[in-house]
Amino acid sequence: MTPLSAILVRDMRIAVRVGGGALIGVLFFLVVVTLTPFALGPDLALLKRIGPAILWLAALLASLLALDRLFAADHEDGSLDLLLTGRAQLELVVAAKGVAHWLTTGLPLIVAAPLIGLLLNLDAPAEAALVLTFLVGTPALTFIGLIGAALAVTLRRGGLLLAVLVLPLTVPVLIFGVAAANAAVLGPAPFGAPFTILCALTLASLVVGPFAAAAALRQEME
Amino acid sequence: MALIDLANPARFLNFANRAIPWLGGATVLAFALAIDQAVVAPDDYQQGATAKIMFLHVPGAWLGMLGWGVMTVAALGTLVWRHPLADVTAKAVAAIGAAFTLMCLVTGSLWGRPMWGTYWVWDARLTSVLVLFLLYLGVIALWRTVEDPSRAARAAAILTLVGALDLPIIKFSVDWWNTLHQPASVFRFGGPTIHPAILLPLLLMTLAFTLLFVTLVLAAMRNEILRRRVRTLRLMQASATS
Repeated sequence: MTPLSAILVRDMRIAVRVGGGALIGVLFFLVVVTLTPFALGPDLALLKRIGPAILWLAALLASLLALDRLFAADHEDGSLDLLLTGRAQLELVVAAKGVAHWLTTGLPLIVAAPLIGLLLNLDAPAEAALVLTFLVGTPALTFIGLIGAALAVTLRRGGLLLAVLVLPLTVPVLIFGVAAANAAVLGPAPFGAPFTILCALTLASLVVGPFAAAAALRQEME
Repeated sequence: MALIDLANPARFLNFANRAIPWLGGATVLAFALAIDQAVVAPDDYQQGATAKIMFLHVPGAWLGMLGWGVMTVAALGTLVWRHPLADVTAKAVAAIGAAFTLMCLVTGSLWGRPMWGTYWVWDARLTSVLVLFLLYLGVIALWRTVEDPSRAARAAAILTLVGALDLPIIKFSVDWWNTLHQPASVFRFGGPTIHPAILLPLLLMTLAFTLLFVTLVLAAMRNEILRRRVRTLRLMQASATS
């Protein structure tokens, strides 16, 4: 097993075992979506119209949940020092941890999204579009989040700071994710343009995220 | 005098102490000229005197953006060249840049009330400035949460660089979002170009505020260096007594 796949498997194991909290993200997602009609009223037409936006917002918040433990837990038990001094490139290690985090928190959201979308009166084409935008967009959220997680690694109350640092940076992903999903629901505007830009944002964050996060980890642990 | 000479804090303090009174004097002079010009500037034919809010609004926007630019250069200075003054600059600019961005938002909001009938519209430019303001607050929060100054400096530098990459994308996204969701901006400026009678005071005002910005940043840098000295002295004292 190469170091990177070992890290991937280890992180996924930790996430799905007791105290890992991978599925809490899905539960949180469900709770946020359930609360929305209580705030807005049970108007199905309205919920259908703003459904994709609600689901995207809930996914954005849910993807932040476990992020603050991503490097902090490794920092506390000393494994981060090993990762820093190990032979594997830190950028790749960070990317592997990001992929593991996405597989355990992002992917369950995508699986749950069609079911939860039913609560918001989304029809089949809208759900297909939503799942497609989630599939493309949520990795960007994770990889932008990596930067915040790395910056907040040594802080005692890192989780709060993490949200403040990361959320403004996710504005473009939210805009184009919701726009692409809405294009499928509401019609006239094309789906392709926002969707391709969403792809571009994800690809860019896949590059920038690991480099910035690795730089931050190196600086903090110096 | 090269930039490297100022790396010595004592030399920088010497320079700052000499420069700040001159810059302060120039700022006062520029404001006197600019306010005089702004008062006599004609009212806009549509908006009346309210258009003069522009004389505060535009410099605020410019300095908010300039602030992030300066912080980006300072971040490179911290991470690449390890210039001792770079993190002092970055920390000083963060608060002042945020203040000017807030000035832009508040004046824009007050301007929007008579013009648009509401304090806030999700206009593309307002929205991107709001996100810029949030990013400033994030950087300041990071500065304040990390205890060790040099570690805080490097963390803030990385966040600043990521922000500098993301800000143009945010600007582009918000523009795109705005044109998709809302009709074009509620009002357009009274013509394609600004009349010289308004442009001159606007430029003077911008110059005056820029001088104020430079003066404040230098003063804040001086304070930061002194603050760090106090911190070091306290740490030395604590380790001596223990």
